[in-house]
Amino acid sequence: MKQSIRIASGQGFWGDLLTAPYDQVTKGPVDYMMMDYLAEVTMSIMQKQRRKDPSLGYARDLVPLMKRILPIITEKNIRVITNGGGVNPLACRDAIFEVAKQLGIKGLKIGVVLGDDILSSLDALADQGIPLDNMETGEKLAGVRDQMMSANIYFGAWPVVEALEKGAQVVITGRTTDTGLTLAPMIHEFGWKPDDWDLIAAGTVAGHILECGGQASGGNFSGDWRAVPDLAHIGFPIAEAKPSGEIVITKHEGTGGLVSVQTVKEQLLYEIGDPSNYITPDCIADFTSIQLAEDGPDRVRVYGVKGRPATEFYKVSMSYLDGYTAIGTLTYAWPDALDKAKAADAILRTRLKDIGLSFDEIRTEFVGHNSCHGPLVGEPGDLNEVVLRIGVRGNEYADVQRFGMELAPLILTGPPAVTGFAGGRPKPSEVIAYWPALMPKSAVKPEVVVESL
Amino acid sequence: MKIRLIDIAHARSGDKGDTGNVGVIALRKEHYPLLVKYLTVDRVKKHFEGIALGGVERYELPNLWALNFLLHEVLGGGGTRSLKNDAQGKTLSSAMLRMELEIDETITLKG
Repeated sequence: MKQSIRIASGQGFWGDLLTAPYDQVTKGPVDYMMMDYLAEVTMSIMQKQRRKDPSLGYARDLVPLMKRILPIITEKNIRVITNGGGVNPLACRDAIFEVAKQLGIKGLKIGVVLGDDILSSLDALADQGIPLDNMETGEKLAGVRDQMMSANIYFGAWPVVEALEKGAQVVITGRTTDTGLTLAPMIHEFGWKPDDWDLIAAGTVAGHILECGGQASGGNFSGDWRAVPDLAHIGFPIAEAKPSGEIVITKHEGTGGLVSVQTVKEQLLYEIGDPSNYITPDCIADFTSIQLAEDGPDRVRVYGVKGRPATEFYKVSMSYLDGYTAIGTLTYAWPDALDKAKAADAILRTRLKDIGLSFDEIRTEFVGHNSCHGPLVGEPGDLNEVVLRIGVRGNEYADVQRFGMELAPLILTGPPAVTGFAGGRPKPSEVIAYWPALMPKSAVKPEVVVESL
Repeated sequence: MKIRLIDIAHARSGDKGDTGNVGVIALRKEHYPLLVKYLTVDRVKKHFEGIALGGVERYELPNLWALNFLLHEVLGGGGTRSLKNDAQGKTLSSAMLRMELEIDETITLKG
């Protein structure tokens, strides 16, 4: 058994820094690299893409990225784990196999985790007595059943472990948890058992630290942010894991950014609820047990993590179509920039009313004044410029589209010193609403397929 | 004495549906008890009046010198439904740090 492995974070979301994965596999030693691509609404975007073209529905960035790093990871034997397969992990695999073929790479083994996509079996599940009602609001699925656009079970680390055990060098999943991508190689290398709850929780905590990429290594740091060196060349975080469950968070030498107790703390607190009950498919981790200590420059030791048994349920992430929004902006310049923007807002609202458009919500914000902190900002002085940002949401596509035509006329028919309309009319975009649900683990079995080129 | 939260804490915020979470972390260990004592659910609720339309929950993480707040109904519906510039609640952290606290203790602030 290896006494230590290094797991690198390569991407924290779909759209993250494209150079980061390459840097992670070239600027120092790593054994594994995990890349998280999925957020709550990402799956529905991918479903939409797959409906238009059955060969799509995954994070397309992965293909050119893998082309760049495949020669390196095969030479260095670095294993890559990613949930970028989205709603079409097999097509993602085939695209990567194609790239490997072009590069003349032989014998590449890719593992795929399947079975999380249950969109086509919602009715069958309902017949089995699994209602998938909204776990937060208690609403019945039947009310939105016809608008459902995606439904994916959050699988944990274990299907990925199976793929690693079958020799996959690259593992592509659909809706596997962000934390599972980091935990899986630890289980695989160190032989942890499903009920080694403290160890599983330690790996899960490491996964939470890695899952947002640079946000653990100095990015978006609210402490002394000016003191974070060279963010232009930020090194993404790396977890050094030991069989005992002790983790060191670090980054490659010579890269920018900062790994400190403070940067790690901020990431630990990112998007959590009750810290004593951090629930994943693999365990319940207790974040109030986590101990941190500086362990040299850009090294933070994470230890003492306690875990409890996993629940009997998988979380299911579903999304449905729920109307349309459009958002437009205009920029007003000094003098009286804020007053002008407010007057323009009033004129626009009157016109919308006169035409008889109906919306569920119209929201106005003044960027440069209150769009972030709302009523906390107090009265400003005479601002140099203000961006009027106005958005509407409604069920009628035509009304939302019509709103978009009312913005530009304000330039010639409203208050003066206005600009910033280069982008054209705001277009309606679909509202993809989120529907979280639970289902018994016993009702589904993940499938793992490992094939070589 | 009157202090600004930003003088004794740093923070990070994020979203889950229409709920925002704000983790507030003491810059120094000795300031964590001040957070526990003065950064109460009621004060935070009042601070975010008109912003967080639902309830406020607070959790303690003494191991990280931190409190975690959940602000409900704060993201204009959340996700893609929200019309807010900050639909993901990324700046709730700095909105929290604007808070001023009147404390009984006398403390030394850096700088």
